[in-house]
Amino acid sequence: MAERVEAPRGAAPVMLAVEDLARHFDVSRPLLQRLLAGEGRRSLKAVDGVSFEIPRGTTLSLVGESGCGKSTVARLVVGLYRPTRGRIGFDGRALEQARADAAQRRRMQMIFQDPYASLNPRWRVSDIIAEPIRAFGLAPGAAAQRARVAELLTQVGLSPLDGEKFPHEFSGGQRQRISIARALSSNPEFLVCDEPTSALDVSVQAQILNLMKELQARLGLTYLFISHNLAVVRQVSDQIGVMYLGRLVELAAAETLFTAPRHPYTRALMEAIPDLEMTGRQRIPVGGEVPSPIDPPSGCPFHPRCPLVADRCRAEMPRLLPPRGQAGTVVACHAVEEGRDPPPAPAGADQRIGTTATAL
Amino acid sequence: MPPPVLSVRGLRVEFPTRRGVLTALSDVSFDIAPGEVLGVVGESGAGKSMTGAAIIGLLEPPGRIAGGEIRLQGERIDTLPYDRMRRIRGKRIGAIFQDPLTTLNPLYTVGRQLIETMQTHLSLSDREARQRAIGWLEMVGIPAAAQRVDSYPHEFSGGMRQRVVIALALCAEPILVVADEPTTALDVSIQAQIIALLKRLAREKGTAMMLVTHDMGVIAETADRVAVMYAGRIAEIGPVRAVVKAPKHPYSAGLMASIPPLDRKVAHLAGIEGAMPRLSAIPPGCAFNPRCPHVFDRCRRERPELIETGTTRAACWLYDPASERQAPELLRHG
Ligand SMILES: Nc1ncnc2c1ncn2[C@@H]1O[C@H](COP(=O)(O)OP(=O)(O)OP(=O)(O)O)[C@@H](O)[C@H]1O
Ligand SMILES: Nc1ncnc2c1ncn2[C@@H]1O[C@H](COP(=O)(O)OP(=O)(O)O)[C@@H](O)[C@H]1O
Ligand code: SF4
Ligand code: SF4
Ligand SMILES: [Mg+2]
Ligand SMILES: [Mg+2]
Repeated sequence: MAERVEAPRGAAPVMLAVEDLARHFDVSRPLLQRLLAGEGRRSLKAVDGVSFEIPRGTTLSLVGESGCGKSTVARLVVGLYRPTRGRIGFDGRALEQARADAAQRRRMQMIFQDPYASLNPRWRVSDIIAEPIRAFGLAPGAAAQRARVAELLTQVGLSPLDGEKFPHEFSGGQRQRISIARALSSNPEFLVCDEPTSALDVSVQAQILNLMKELQARLGLTYLFISHNLAVVRQVSDQIGVMYLGRLVELAAAETLFTAPRHPYTRALMEAIPDLEMTGRQRIPVGGEVPSPIDPPSGCPFHPRCPLVADRCRAEMPRLLPPRGQAGTVVACHAVEEGRDPPPAPAGADQRIGTTATAL
Repeated sequence: MPPPVLSVRGLRVEFPTRRGVLTALSDVSFDIAPGEVLGVVGESGAGKSMTGAAIIGLLEPPGRIAGGEIRLQGERIDTLPYDRMRRIRGKRIGAIFQDPLTTLNPLYTVGRQLIETMQTHLSLSDREARQRAIGWLEMVGIPAAAQRVDSYPHEFSGGMRQRVVIALALCAEPILVVADEPTTALDVSIQAQIIALLKRLAREKGTAMMLVTHDMGVIAETADRVAVMYAGRIAEIGPVRAVVKAPKHPYSAGLMASIPPLDRKVAHLAGIEGAMPRLSAIPPGCAFNPRCPHVFDRCRRERPELIETGTTRAACWLYDPASERQAPELLRHG
C-alpha cells in the first residue's frame, strides 16, 4: 500500500489524516439484465487507496481530471459517504467518533462548487447564515445572533444590510461569499472546498481566492481544496496531490510540484495548460481519453496514455515512493523509480517527455 | 487584405420585457477575415453568446435584432427568413456549442448524422458521404473511425462527443464557424486536443472562426484577434498579442491581471472589484465606471466609443486626446 507521507518536520500538528482511503460504488445493472447478459456485479473504484495528512493551518489541494475521485474524497472526509476501506482521522480522533459529536462536527464545514444550488432560494441570507449558529447553539439570543451574522457578512466583504436579501439578488461571486459566510458561521477550523471558484469568472475568482487566503491567515483555518485548475491550486496550496482514476499518482509540497513535477501524468497536465505567454511553442497534447473507472487498465492506470510506458507498467501497479534525491515527494511511477524519466523541468517549461503523445 | 467572411456593423439586440425593453447588445461591430480566428472574451453575461446567436440566426425569442446589419461574404443575413437562414446555418455557417449532448441526436448513429448533414448541403452519393463521414471522424481524432462511425453518441466519452460535434459543424465545409465555449465542459488534456484541431482547420481550410470563451489561455493560443465585451458592448478589440500582453482598456487590463499565474505564487491576485451590472441597471456614461480604478468625471456622463490606442481600439475616455485625464504609463505601455 501507499507509503505514509510524513508531514514536514517541525510543522503544526495534523488536522486531517487519511490513510488507505477507498470508496467503491456498486454500478451493476439490474439483476434480470445481469442474468440475461451473464455478467456479474460491477464495482467502480471512485477512490482507491488514498493517503495524506494536512497539518493544522495549511492547505492540501487535490487536482486531476473529471471523474478522478476528487469530490468523492471530499465527501468521504466530511462524512457524506462512508469509506469502503481505510481510515480518516480528524484532529487525532477517528472521523466517525468526531462526527457523532456536535461539538466536533461544527469544526468541519464544506463549500461547494455551485453557489446557486447550495443556498436555499426561499430563505433570506441572514437566515441562511444563522442556521448553523442556531443548530449548534453558538449565539444565545436573537441580538447576539444578528450581531454574529453582521460580523460574518462583513468578514466576507458583504454589507450587514445584505442579510435582508434573497440569494437570487446576488451575483455568482457574492453568492459564493454567502456560502463562505455560512460555512464560517459555526467557527470551523477545517474547511473542505470542492471547486469553490470553478463556476465564477476569473475576475471574481481572484476576489474569492484572496478572501480564502486572508481568512486562513486570520483564523488559522485548515483547507482541503479541490480544483481541476493547476494555476489556481498553485496560489493556495502548501501540498498538492495529483489524482488519476481514484488514486494519488504524485503528492508533493506545492512549490516542488511546480518546479520539479515527476509523474508523467502531472507533466502532461502541466503541458496541456494553454499558454498565456504566447511563446508560439507548439504544445503536443497528451493523447487519448481518461479510461473508464469501471474497467481501469491493468498495472499502472496511466499506461495507455503514457509516453514512458514499458512492459512492467502493464503488469504491475506502481507504488507511491519518494523519488531518489527528492525527499518530501512521493510518486507512483515505475519509470521514476527506475530513474529512467527525463530530468524534471519547472511548470511552463516544456514537459514533453516522449514521442508517443498524439499530435493532432 | 481579403474581403471579410463575416462583417457585423452596429449590431443591437433587444429583449422586450414587461418592465420595458432591455438592450442586450449595442453597437457591436467587427469583421472576420478568411482563416482568421476572432476570440470573444468577457465575464458571464457580457453578451458573448448573444452575439454568436444573433449571427447564426438563433436568438431566443423574445430577443430580436433591433439595429445594425450582419453580412456573410457581403450578403446581408440578419434579415433573411427563417428557412433561408436555416440552410445557410448548415452549409455556410457551422455552429459549435458548449454542451455536445444538445447538438447530437441520441437516436441516430454519429455516422448517420454526419451523412445526412453532408447530403443536405453537398451533392454526394451514399457511398461518398459515408467515406467522408469516416474521414471527418479521423480528422477530429476519433480512433478506429471506420468502426466508430456506426456508434451512437452515448457510446462516446464527453471529449469524443465534442469532437463529433466539431466534425458535424465542419462537414458541410462552412466558411464561418461560430464556436461558443467549445472546450469549457472538457478536461484540460482533451481541451488541448480540441484547440489544436480548431486551429489547424482554420489554417488549412481558410475557415473564419468566432471563438467565444472565458478562458484567456485558450484565446492566447488560438485567436488572431480578440474582442473583449462588457455589458453588451465591445470594450476593446485588437490583435491577440496586444490585448493579452498589453491591454489598453482598464477592464481588459483587470481581466488579464485576474488570471492566476501558473509559473509563480503571488500573495494577492489583482481581480476586479464588484460585478457586471444587470441589463436593467447599466450605469450612464461608461458602463464600467463603477468598477474602474481610473474613473474620472467624464466617464460618468458620456459613453465612450471605440478609440484608436495605437495597438488596439478601446472604448475608454483615457484615450481621447480631448479628455482631461489621459491613460497612465502602465496602461499605455502594458
Ligand atoms: N454515487 C455514485 N455512484 C456511482 N458512481 C459514482 C458516485 N459518485 C461518484 N461516482 C463515480 O466516481 C468517480 C469519481 O467521481 P468524483 O465525483 O469524485 O470525480 P471528481 O474528480 O470530483 O470529478 P469532477 O472534476 O468532474 O468533479 C466517477 O467515475 C464518478 O462517476
Ligand atoms: N431571454 C432573455 N431575456 C432577457 N435577458 C436575457 C435573455 N437571455 C440572455 N439575457 C441577458 O443578455 C445578456 C448577455 O447574455 P449572454 O450573451 O448569454 O452572455 P455571455 O455569453 O457573455 O455570458 C445577459 O445579461 C443575460 O442575462
Ligand atoms: S508506471 Fe509506467 S505507465 Fe505508469 S506513469 Fe510510470 S512510466 Fe508511465
Ligand atoms: S471610460 Fe472611464 S470609467 Fe470607462 S474604462 Fe475608461 S477610464 Fe474607466
Ligand atoms: Mg467533482
Ligand atoms: Mg455564454
